[in-house]
Parts: sequence; structure tokens; C-alpha cells
Amino acid sequence: MGINFMEGNEAIARGALAAGCRFFAGYPITPATTIFNTMLQLLPPSGGICLQGEDEIASMGFCLGASMGGLKVMTATSGPGLSLYSEQISFAVGSEIPIVIINVQRLGPSTGSATRGADGDIQFMRWGNSGGLPVIVLAPVDLSDCYLLTAHAFNLAETYRCPVFIAANKEISMTRESVDLQSLALPVPSHRAAPVTTEAFMPFAADPGTGVPGFLPMGGEVLVRQTSSTHGAEGYITVDPGQIGRNQARLVDKLESAVQRFTFYEADWQTGAETLLVAYGVTARAAVAAVARLRSQGRLVSLLVLKTLWPVPEALISGALADHRRVVVVEMNMGQYVREIRRLAGAKAVVFLGQMNGELIRPEQIMEVIIHG
Amino acid sequence: MGSLLNADRPPLFCPGCAHDRVTQAVDKALDRLGLAGHQVAMVSDIGCSGLFDTFFNTHALHGLHGRALTYATGLKMARPELKVIVSMGDGGLGIGGAHLLSTCRRNIDLTLLILNNFNYGMTGGQCSATTPANAKVASGFLNQLEVPLDACRVACAAGAGYVARVSAYHASLSEQIAAAISFNGFAMLDIWGVCPGRYTRRNTLTPQMIEADMARLPPAQGVVEENRRPEFGSLYQARAAAQPPAAAPHQVTVTHRAPQSGRRELVILGSAGQRIVTAGEILCLAGLTAGLHATQKNDYPITVLRGHSVSEVVLADEKIGYTGIAHPHVIIALTLEGVARRQALFGALRPDALVIANHHLQLPQHAAEQVNIDFKTAKIKSPDWALAALAVLAERRQAIHPAMLHSALALRFAGRVLEKAMDLVARSARLA
Repeated sequence: MGINFMEGNEAIARGALAAGCRFFAGYPITPATTIFNTMLQLLPPSGGICLQGEDEIASMGFCLGASMGGLKVMTATSGPGLSLYSEQISFAVGSEIPIVIINVQRLGPSTGSATRGADGDIQFMRWGNSGGLPVIVLAPVDLSDCYLLTAHAFNLAETYRCPVFIAANKEISMTRESVDLQSLALPVPSHRAAPVTTEAFMPFAADPGTGVPGFLPMGGEVLVRQTSSTHGAEGYITVDPGQIGRNQARLVDKLESAVQRFTFYEADWQTGAETLLVAYGVTARAAVAAVARLRSQGRLVSLLVLKTLWPVPEALISGALADHRRVVVVEMNMGQYVREIRRLAGAKAVVFLGQMNGELIRPEQIMEVIIHG
Repeated sequence: MGSLLNADRPPLFCPGCAHDRVTQAVDKALDRLGLAGHQVAMVSDIGCSGLFDTFFNTHALHGLHGRALTYATGLKMARPELKVIVSMGDGGLGIGGAHLLSTCRRNIDLTLLILNNFNYGMTGGQCSATTPANAKVASGFLNQLEVPLDACRVACAAGAGYVARVSAYHASLSEQIAAAISFNGFAMLDIWGVCPGRYTRRNTLTPQMIEADMARLPPAQGVVEENRRPEFGSLYQARAAAQPPAAAPHQVTVTHRAPQSGRRELVILGSAGQRIVTAGEILCLAGLTAGLHATQKNDYPITVLRGHSVSEVVLADEKIGYTGIAHPHVIIALTLEGVARRQALFGALRPDALVIANHHLQLPQHAAEQVNIDFKTAKIKSPDWALAALAVLAERRQAIHPAMLHSALALRFAGRVLEKAMDLVARSARLA
């Protein structure tokens, strides 16, 4: 037994390998580059494939091709690269191609600041695809989360056949931290389910139980059709509104109805507290510090740290809201996830603290809002 | 083997479309090579050529405009035994230009069929990357401002192993397609043909004219000798197998007790080349040897050989939440460049804090105790200042002590480097 010392990006890469990732492709971009560096150390000697694409579009295209070949795949980027991923994200969503996308967020907009952190892509990850269908987004708070949530992300991508994002942040990914990796309990790796029968295989015929089609890899004996165009169960283009409508509803439902099975969070309720503090990502660390100090001053406050951001874990959030009179939402942007909290809060007071200047939100700022906000 | 054409989805191109001839020729080529459907993947993108994948009883992958080569590359790497055939139009050639260049450079075993009909058929006949400047197209006069691209010359220059320019009307078409598929490396066929639905409505283009136009260009007839080299995928596998296994992460065991309890915030302010980040790491490893939790954040400009270098370290006996530093317990100030990045921290220093400073620096006002080091008199060179300062820090038993520092050095360095580091630390301890 021993303690490890590494940065968040290395923990992400090691979590990916532990989850069975066999293919990585990426384009260098600060602050995500060290994921590529680590995958390049880990994958080739163990029989995996690590490629550097000519751009982010190619990197993600490589991943989608390899995923259709049956491999567990991952790519990693930051805001400017995520922008280029957009068309391929839509493909992965609509054509149900499992992929894990690490988005190490940096200060935007646009090229912004390569070495400054932010959580400015929270709505972008959800809505940055044509068609607007749901994706899964998990947000790590610390190094342990980088390792564990990445492994969970692979399982979710396999189970639900969809893109799964890790919403990292420069402030987690490039911060080195002590951790005992061996003490962390990784989830048992999942694999995309095969179809019930391979006779007359239909690549998009959903299992009625899960709403997810059985997967066969391209290159096997059974022919597989994959298309980015609007398709029916057999993988051919369709213009039948009934079939199209049912498929779109299924793509929404397979994730939104399942979110309670992958709602990751930490709840720290205090009896009698009127205020609920909601945070995620690196800001949750300042929130924990703020709550501890407030309580030491005799103030009552509850804390909800969200680690599943999309689909919105509505049952969890609504339940938390019901127990409190007011909500304080803190995030490293100008107001993104607070929109979801407001939507669920109804008439309850929602106070927002946002900052996007390249600096961490300090515990004192959070305390100030809770006391005087 | 017989035809692999999909009886359920017969080709439905406009009457007279060259794509129809290519479809038939691909089928003949696959038959000629004796390939079964499951041994082949057809990868296509957008436009009329993007209908291609549905016409064959093979694996089929249809994706976004210009990106077919990217999917094909990933698929081929995952499934090296598959014959992967990519179809794209002159539209895909233009929008996916970067992918074509890179695929040529890689020489991965894919076959690219460019169904080149000199315009965007599906969107109404706009100009593409291969439209002649004198053609009449739906882009008004815009094509007159540009010159058409010769994909073959581009591919040769970019390193493609096999490049051929072919007429869709030539009797050898299926033979040429079979030869391209058989080539072990990247093979590109630039197949010229007529788009009756759009292009020849306003332009005259016949098979004879295509032959004549092609004859005016430098020949491109198959294997490019100067680009002959091993195929990417097999080369990757050979090189990957020879890589040493990845090193396991540092494992630190607890052998010491920290001099203080609680949370300690330490900042090292210096410049590029002073091994500031390494010093921060050593500080953290020293903390780990005493069972402390540690975080390290670094700040340096993109010019890694010039400018400031700052390392912020937190050591604590409890799990570290917030990683920001407001009131450091220790500042190591080595250069003004570094100090300038964290001016405000000096004002926040409390009386029990410690500043270890390069002796000639003019520091901002602060309330802490200050230890000055004259590195020059001590004959310590700039790249060693940070480690020397850590030795002073350990001697003062602030956050770390000498045994913790020695253990950290042993974790981080080995051999001659370790000896030199230990020697430096021993010499520097006297400066405390």
C-alpha cells in the first residue's frame, strides 16, 4: 500500500485503462494534452491504440470508427476542440456510438486562456449537438473522481450507447494531488450488450427492456450498417414520421428515464438548515470549505455536490429543494447550471454566485453570499 | 463469390450518372478479389456518393461530410483484417482536405474512391474543389476566381502509396479498383465522371472530353515509387509492441512525522529554468512521506524556457478541499519575475509565516520573518536555488524537516542526480 501523487489528467487516463479503454485519439490542447501523453504511455505497450489526429474532428472520427469496430474508445480536448467535435457528437448521439469524451474546461470564450480554469461548457456539452438530444455529463471534484467517474463513464457509454462526457476543469486536471488509487473501488467494467438474436440482425432495433439496441461490431460475420442519416431499425434511411418520432423519443427516454441509476452526488444535509448550497466540479471544494467554516460559526447550511449534471438528476434536486427554503448555486461561469436549478425551484429563492475570470471561487465569497446574499 | 449488390436497395442514381458505373465496377472488383461481404466495409460521407454504402451487402458506415476517412482510419486500426473502402465526392475531397493529406502521409491500408463529377450535385450544382474555372455552375462567377485542384498531384505530394486518375467510362475501371483495393497501403482513385442531373445541364462534358482533359495532366497510374514504404497499421503494431511497459505511478510509504499539524500553504516564486515545478513536487512528496495530503498547482507562461514559474503547494493532515492559497505559511522568493505574479500574497502574510528570499530582491512589504540567502556567495547556481531553499526550509522545520526532504529526493531522483541533490541539500542547510 502506498500513496500516489499525480495530476487529474493522469488519473483520468488510468481510470480509462482500468475500465477497458483500448483506443484513444486526440489532438494536443492545453489543458487536456497530458491525457494524450499518458494514454500514449499506457496503450501501445498493452496492445491498445493511441493516435494523434490531424485535428479534433479527425480524432473523434477515428474514435467513432474504432468504436464501431468494437473497441472502447476515448478522446480528450478543451473548449476550442469541443467546438470542432460538435458534428461528431451529433453522430454519436443519433447513431448510438459509445464514446467517452473528456472535456478539460478552460477559460473561454473561444481560444480564451489555455492555462486558466472555468466551467464554461456546461450547457455546451449538453446542447452542442445538432438535434439537441441528451448526452451524459459527469463532473469530477477531485483526483479520486477523475479516476472513478472516468471508469463509470465507460460503463455508461457501453450500457446506453451514447457519448459520455467528463466535465473536468484545468483546476482539477492539471493540479497534482495525493491519492491512494488502490483504495478506490472501481466499478466492474460493463460491455455493450449483444443483440438477443443475430438472425436478421437489425442494428437499431432496441431491446424493449432497456431501449438500447444490441451491438455487433463491424468486421464480424454479421453485416452491420451504421449511418448518421435518419434511420429505421434496419439502418437504412427512413422518411416515415411515425418511425422517426418513436426513435427520437427512445433516444431521449433511454437516458432521461435511467438517470436515477447513475446519479452521482454527495449530500451533506444539516437539520434545520434553510439554505441549500449547490455546487459541482472544483468549486465544490470551496463549497465544502465554506460550509465547514459557516457551521463552525454556528450557521446552519446544507450542501449538495452534483457529479451527474446531465441528464439533470431531477428527483435528487427536487428532493433537496423540498427540504430547504432557499438555494445558493455556485459555478465557475456566468450562470449555466443555475438555469436547471431555477427551473426546478419554482417559487423558491435561487441565489447565484458565478465567476469566470480564471480564478477559483474562494470559500469566503461563498460564505458572503450565504450570509448576506 | 457473385455480386454483393444489395437487392433490397438497388442503386437509384439519375439516368446517365457516372456513379452508377462506379457502383457496378466496385461490385465486379470485389467479385474479382473473391471478397465476401463481411470482409469489406464501405465507408461513405455526404452527397450522391454518400448513397454508396447502402447499395452493397457489406459492412456499411455512413457519416458526416468530408469525414469518411476519419471513421475508416479508426475502423481499420480496430479491425485490420477488414478491407475498408471509402467513397467520397469532390465535395468531400474539398471539405475533408486535411483528412486526405494526413491519410496520404499515414499510408494506412484504405482505398479511397473519389467520385469526381466537378460539382455539388445534391445541393444544386455549386462549384467544388475540382470545378474548372470556365464551367457554368450554381455558384455564379465564384468558380471563375479559383483554380481546380488535381487530387492526384496533391496525394502524391502528401505521400500516398498508390494514386491513379481514372475515367468512369474506361473499360479497365473495375480492374483498377481491384488493384487499388489489393494495394497494401493508402490507395486513392480519382474517378472522373459526368453528373447529368446538374453539371451537364449547363456544361458539355463527354467521356471523350474527360479522356482528353486527363491526358493533359501529369500521369497518375498506380504505385507511387517515391512513396513506397511500410503500411501504417502494421508499422504501428510493430512499434507499439516494442514500447516498454508504462511505469506504475509513484508509491509513497509513510516513514516520518510532519513537524506541524494542520494545513500549510507554501508558494515558490521563480523563473523558467529554476526547476520550480520539480521543487514543488519534491515538497509534496516530502509531505507524503509524513502521511500528509498534498496538492500542487503550477503557473507558467506558454514559453516554457522564459518568464515566470510559480508553484503553489498545500500540505495538510486532512483531505484538502479548496486548493487556492490566501495566507501562505511559506513563500520562497527567488526572482522578481515570480514575485510579480503573486505580489498580493505578501500583504497577506501573517507574523508567524516565513519568507525565504534571494537576498538582493526588493520584496513587497510583509509582516513575516524573512531569511535571506546569498546564492552567489554560496556558489549555488540558479537552477539549484529552489532546491537549496527547500533545504533551508527543512532546516527551519517549517512544513517539512530534513529527513522528509531526503526521502522525497530519493523518491524523485536516482543515481548521480540523487547524489548531487543530496550534496546540494547538505551544503544549503548551513544557509539556514
